[in-house]
Amino acid sequence: MLLSQYIFLFLSFVAIISALMLVLDKNPVHSVLYLIITFFAIAGHYLLLNAQFLAVVHIIVYAGAIMVLFLYVIMMLNLNKDIEPHKKNIPKVAAAVAAGLLLLSLTALVNGAEVNMLPAARNSNIGLMDNLGKTLFKEYMLPFEISSILFLSAMVGAVFLSKKEIH
Amino acid sequence: MEIFILYKAILVLVVFAISLGVAAYSTYGERKVAAFMQDRVGPDRAGPFGMLQPLADGLKMFMKEEIIPTVSNKFLFVLGPSLAMLTALMTGVVIPWGGDITIGNMVFPLQITDINIGILYIFGVVSFGVYGIMIGGWASNNKYSMLGALRASSQMISYEIAMGLAIVALVMTTGTLSLREIVTQQSGNWVNFIYQPLGCLIFIICAFAETNRAPFDLPECETELVGGYHTEYSSMKLGFYLFAEYINMFISSAIIMSLYFGGYNLPFQNYIAPYIDGNILSILQFGCFFTKVLFGIFFFMWIRWTIPRFRYDQLMNLGWKVLIPLAIFNILITGVLMYALGKV
Repeated sequence: MLLSQYIFLFLSFVAIISALMLVLDKNPVHSVLYLIITFFAIAGHYLLLNAQFLAVVHIIVYAGAIMVLFLYVIMMLNLNKDIEPHKKNIPKVAAAVAAGLLLLSLTALVNGAEVNMLPAARNSNIGLMDNLGKTLFKEYMLPFEISSILFLSAMVGAVFLSKKEIH
Repeated sequence: MEIFILYKAILVLVVFAISLGVAAYSTYGERKVAAFMQDRVGPDRAGPFGMLQPLADGLKMFMKEEIIPTVSNKFLFVLGPSLAMLTALMTGVVIPWGGDITIGNMVFPLQITDINIGILYIFGVVSFGVYGIMIGGWASNNKYSMLGALRASSQMISYEIAMGLAIVALVMTTGTLSLREIVTQQSGNWVNFIYQPLGCLIFIICAFAETNRAPFDLPECETELVGGYHTEYSSMKLGFYLFAEYINMFISSAIIMSLYFGGYNLPFQNYIAPYIDGNILSILQFGCFFTKVLFGIFFFMWIRWTIPRFRYDQLMNLGWKVLIPLAIFNILITGVLMYALGKV
C-alpha cells in the first residue's frame, strides 16, 4: 500500500472513533473536544486530496472559531456535571427510529450510486489557493457573491433578534 | 533525500531550542526592563548581572510541589498547558529565519517549510491556541479560572477578526500567502510597513491581544481574578503557561518583522550582497533578523511597563468598534489606491 493509503486509513479511523465518542460521551465538554478531533481528521483528508486551502480554512473556521463558541456556551451554561435533563422514553425511541431510518436511507443511497459517475478530477491542483480563487471569482462570481449576501443577511438577522427592544 | 530529512530534523530541533532559549531569557529581560523603567536594579544575584536567573527559575519550577485539584478533570487539567505549549511552538515552522546556505551543490534554506499558505497556517495555529487556555481554565473547576478562560477566549476570538482583516490588505499588495515570498519581495525594496502603515498598526495591536500581554492581559488580571486561568496550576504546568506566553511573544514578534519590516533582509542589502559570499550573507541575515526580533520583544516589554491595563468593556469596544472598522477601511483604501495606481 502507498503511504497515503495508510494515512487515509488512520485518519478515517480517528474520524469515525471520535465521531462515535462525540455521541456516546455523556459530558458535553468532552463531546465538543471529540468533535474538534473529528474536524482535524477531516482536515487531514482534505490535505490528502491536495486541497490545502480548504483544510486550513476548515481548521480556522470550524475548529478555531465555531467550536470555541460552542465550548464557550457550554461552559457558561455550566453543563459540566454528568447530569442530563431526564427525558421520557417515547422521544428516545422516536429519535432512535428516525436516526436508524436516516442511516438506512443514506446507506441505500451510497450503495445504489455508481462510483465512476464523477468525471476524473479535471485538475488535481484545483484545491490550491490561486486556482481556487480564480475559479471562484471568474467562473462562479455570481453564486459566490449571492452566498456572501446570504451570510450577511443572516448576521444582520441575528443581531436584530438578539437586540432588546427599546421602550 | 536522507540528508534533506536529516537537515530538516536538525533545523526543527534548532528552532525548538532557540524558541525555548529566547523565551527563558525573555523572562530575565522582562525583569531587567521592568527594573530599568522603574529605576530599580532587577535580578543581579545569580551569576554575573543575574544572567543565571532563568536557570534558577526553571529549577525552582521543576522542584515545586505538583498539585492537581481533586475536583478537577485530571486529563484535561494536564492537557491545557500542554496544548498551550504545543501551539506556541508550532508556528515557528513557517518563519523564514534567513537566506539559503549552499554547501557543495546542496542548498539548505533556513526555513523549516515554505508552504504556500504560510499565513493561513499561522492563523490556524493561533485560532487553535485558545483551547489550551479554555480547557485549562475549565478543568481547574474554579470560578476565577473559569472567568479568566472565558475572558481570554472572547478576547482572542474578537481580535483574530481584526488581525485577519489587516492581513487581507497586506495580501492584496503582496499577492502571496507564502512568508518567504513576502520577505523576498521586500529585499531591495521598501518594507511593507511603508505600504501598509495602518494595517501594520492594527496587526501589532492584535498581536498584543492574542498573546495576552499588557495592556490586554485581562485574562490574568490579578486584582479581579487572582491568577486568571492558571490560578490552580503549580509547578511546571504553571511554567508551561508562562513559558508559552513568552514563546508566543517571540514568534509574533518574528511574524511582525517578517510581514511588515523586511524580515531577514539587511538594510541596503542590494549594495552589500555582491561583495560577500552567499553563506556569510545568510548568516548576517539571520543575525539581522534576530536583532529585529529581539527589538520586537523589547517593544512588547516596553509597552507592558508603560501602559496600564484596559477595562473589559474598553477592550471589547476597541476590538469591535475601532479595529475592525479601521481594518475594513484599510482594505478599501488599499483597493482604491491599487486600482488608481494601476497595480491590479
